[in-house]
Amino acid sequence: MSFSESHGSPKPPSMRTPLGRVRNLGAAHSGTGDFWRQRITAVAMTLLMIPVLVIIMMLLGRNQAGAAQILGSLPIAVILLLFIVASAWHMKIGMQVVIEDYIHNEKLKLVSIMLNNFFSIAVALASTYAILKLSSGV
Amino acid sequence: MQVYRWTLTMALSIVHRATGIALYVGTLLLAWWLIAAASGPTAYGHVQAFTGSIIGRLIVFGYTWALMHHMLSGIRHFVWDLGYGFKANEREALTWGALIGGIGLTVLIWIIAYAIGGGR
Repeated sequence: MSFSESHGSPKPPSMRTPLGRVRNLGAAHSGTGDFWRQRITAVAMTLLMIPVLVIIMMLLGRNQAGAAQILGSLPIAVILLLFIVASAWHMKIGMQVVIEDYIHNEKLKLVSIMLNNFFSIAVALASTYAILKLSSGV
Repeated sequence: MQVYRWTLTMALSIVHRATGIALYVGTLLLAWWLIAAASGPTAYGHVQAFTGSIIGRLIVFGYTWALMHHMLSGIRHFVWDLGYGFKANEREALTWGALIGGIGLTVLIWIIAYAIGGGR
């Protein structure tokens, strides 16, 4: 960078053509990373769906003490933690796609994407904290 | 957009997004439920009072359907991502499958839930 700055050039020299730089990046300017992560989390949740439904069925009609005991057991806590991480990640990506498709005002778009990140992370951390608290029996 | 003949596949593409947004908001209910279970009997009682009410049951029923539909509709998209199911009759079959399967699984889950939950 110091080389190009000392010569007053706005960009470091590059052999890559402008087309080469943007190729495969798409409308979101971030490439296919989110596309791939969205599929991974989708497959993960589909595989976890039956165990998660079984856990919810186990909890039906039980009081807090019974529910806390079930939710605090190791395999159930791990299944739910995996599901929480996959769903929070999946919904963050999905909502970002919706925001990028429908909100064309650049500032509003950036604020929405930021709020989307805050919401998804808050939901994931609050749920994770609850599971860990139940697991430690505090 | 107006020049396109409105097809079932197009309509369900919108439904996929709508159910996705509903599930997004609905995670608040799941987070509330888990935090209540970790907090104590009073907080958990509030959740049970809500999910036991008519409105609560309707919301959870709707949430079940949104989840099942979004999952099956997502599997449909996954099949397309892999490069299969693009023929007209295959498209239609996948789309109808997601639509009917989503409703069917939702009803099935609630029958099982009532059979188990009612027994406790």
